[in-house]
Amino acid sequence: MSCCAPGAEMALEMAASAPPSSEEIKLASRSLGGDMHQTDLSVPTAHCGACIQAIETALCKVENIESARVNLSTKRVSIRWHGDSVPPFFAVLGRLGYQAHLFDTEIDEKDRTLSELIRAVAVAGFAAGNIMLLSVSVWSGAEGATRDLFHWLSALIAIPALAFAGRIFFRSAANALRHGRMNMDVPIAVGISLAYAMSLYETIDHGEHAYFDASVSLLFFLLIGRTLDHVMRERARTAVNGLSRLASRGSLVLREDGTREYLPVAELVPGLRLLIVAGERIPVDGDIVSGNSDLDCSIVSGETEPKTVSAGAHVQAGTLNLTGPLTMQATAAAKDSFLAEMVRLMEAAEGGRSRYRRIADRVSALYAPVVHLAAFVTFLGWMAASGDWHRAMTIAIAVLIITCPCALGLAVPIVQIVAARRLFEAGVMVKDGSAMERLAGIDTAVFDKTGTLTLGRPKLVNASSIDPTMLAIAADMAAHSRHPFSRAIASYAGYCGQPSVGSVTEHPGFGIEAVTQGNTWRLGRRGWAGWKARTGGEGKPGGYGGTVLSKNGNIVACFAFEDALRQDAKAAICQLKDAGLSVDMLSGDTAKACSEVAKSLGIASFAPALLPSGKVEWIEALTRAGHKVLMVGDGFNDTPALRAAHVSMAPATAADIGRQAADFVFLRESLLAVPLAMDVSRRAGRLIRQNIAIAIAYNAFAVPIAVLGHVTPLIAAIAMSASSLIVIGNAMRLDATAKAAPEAPLARRRTDVIEAARP
Amino acid sequence: MTTLVYLIPVALFLGALGLSGFLWALRSGQYEDLDGAAERILIEPDQRDGEGRQN
Repeated sequence: MSCCAPGAEMALEMAASAPPSSEEIKLASRSLGGDMHQTDLSVPTAHCGACIQAIETALCKVENIESARVNLSTKRVSIRWHGDSVPPFFAVLGRLGYQAHLFDTEIDEKDRTLSELIRAVAVAGFAAGNIMLLSVSVWSGAEGATRDLFHWLSALIAIPALAFAGRIFFRSAANALRHGRMNMDVPIAVGISLAYAMSLYETIDHGEHAYFDASVSLLFFLLIGRTLDHVMRERARTAVNGLSRLASRGSLVLREDGTREYLPVAELVPGLRLLIVAGERIPVDGDIVSGNSDLDCSIVSGETEPKTVSAGAHVQAGTLNLTGPLTMQATAAAKDSFLAEMVRLMEAAEGGRSRYRRIADRVSALYAPVVHLAAFVTFLGWMAASGDWHRAMTIAIAVLIITCPCALGLAVPIVQIVAARRLFEAGVMVKDGSAMERLAGIDTAVFDKTGTLTLGRPKLVNASSIDPTMLAIAADMAAHSRHPFSRAIASYAGYCGQPSVGSVTEHPGFGIEAVTQGNTWRLGRRGWAGWKARTGGEGKPGGYGGTVLSKNGNIVACFAFEDALRQDAKAAICQLKDAGLSVDMLSGDTAKACSEVAKSLGIASFAPALLPSGKVEWIEALTRAGHKVLMVGDGFNDTPALRAAHVSMAPATAADIGRQAADFVFLRESLLAVPLAMDVSRRAGRLIRQNIAIAIAYNAFAVPIAVLGHVTPLIAAIAMSASSLIVIGNAMRLDATAKAAPEAPLARRRTDVIEAARP
Repeated sequence: MTTLVYLIPVALFLGALGLSGFLWALRSGQYEDLDGAAERILIEPDQRDGEGRQN
């Protein structure tokens, strides 16, 4: 574990999320027949050989676990187990310092497109290699019957290659034409099939030149580009899907006759009574029937303060029940809940993005007609000049082949995959290539506050002014609660080695009570804990905190909290401003909380207490004013805004739906991921434009030669390969320059977290 | 010319052998976890005895 040492950072995160219940695990696992089950977990922090070994060894020692296998590429563990009860794999992984998440098995379908693409690449490569071999013999002077034999062999090898590997392009081209559109696949499909048909005619006619090699090797190069493009998107998508999901999977239903049953979320209907224990998320909107608790609403509304709820209160799906068990009555099915409303808002806000077209598409829309026109004009010209239709056709096909967008097809995906790889190493995942293109063009960055600029995790700010003995007692008590304030205090546990307190009871909505040596200690709300201190003025060394520690009703310590800023938030904002962006902050939290954060980060423009639709309006107003907006946010309430913005980014801790909506997801705590992603995207954008320029320059040079009829197949093959190699070489420069960028953030982050945990 | 009659089929056959080998490896899932495979080579075999042998 020495190379990973996720221990310190994980310790903090582990506390933040409770493992799913065993019913939930059962719902998420696949039955393999008999009493065998397979459960797939995502373990985002596994990243080396030692991790594989640690995880597999530990899991295989657990009773009832048949086998465990780590997939390091997708960062997943598949565990096969038997028996009725679910083995405690979350606990085992937690002890090792790995945070695990369940994910949907439906998402885990095999990637058929990728294997189809790879098979196509293999077949095209095989055919291209063999045909090249035969072509070289022809070029080096084979004559007569030998040449015809080689041509016939080439034709035979090319047929299955075109049929199998070319299918991908033919399908897409046919689809585009049927809808009256033009894409890059149309010139490719026309070029290779015309070249093949013409070569076949030449072969039958005992002609000198055939273009089978050009036709197939073109396919080979283009398929490589296509595959790279696909790999990049797929990799990011699986990684994003693999992270923890925050919408709950099911809930315990209390039937009329007193029986309990665990139902998946989709089967929850209004009127059902649900039992929500502390640490669970509310699955659907509903009303509380009985019980008291605190709810963490930060992911839904952006409010940092937990909300106290009791019977009669209305609760929203997605909020986290923190302190006490609740019985609630569902008032909406999952599809009608707050979450579903977000999805509707999201769809409404979609417009801004779907209008964007990728650079490659824009270029090819111009490129394809030009190429076809050039070939056609060449044909007409030679027809008029020589009257020899066969010669005119041969030259026109040479034009088509030499202009074929081989370099163009590789230029964009290869730069994007190098850039995505670079970002992936820095902990930023990219959904697709167009996201990077869009990010390169932004001029305004809009941040959400809770969970994005801040961690959504309160931090004790007046620890230094509290009596260390009192702090230690409070920390000991707080360790028994899941309330965010308690967790903040509990991180000071063991601070000065006090004996631990005795019996502890939690009063949901109020605080924690402990009795030791005849003394009653209370940690919680001022009015409840300090029941003798009615004036509220006593014993306030540090000031204004609503949370106090009392001994027999007398307040002995006050605690003040502040939402901790995300690491490097200030540096990130500064870098964005230096890059010429204007930075705004939008939040659902109160004006007071917002202004404090905005002031400390130097953000001049902010809007507090916004509803989800308010955020969308704000972004749409900016868009109408001609700005290109980057939205950075987490939470359900940011999701429509993430969709409405030109490009969006979310931390890995964001709500499931938020991560789905965002174009970028950053895994590490540091906000420097935002300027880094922008920097890499801008450089990638420059390289893409350079590559396109190279491709165009190459054509400007090659086309006249082809039009004049001087292109032999040898020249066409060399020119085409050379242009592809230049483009690939240029794309690799991104990696070379990016290597110089610091690896430091990770190392620094780790020490900072350790310091934060032990002040 | 007569040598070509042997050599070309032999060349094509060897190429096809390589291709089918690759397709077989692809189908049997050997490319599913390239990162993991690169790391697993460092793990001592006796320590991994009797575990994770499926797939």
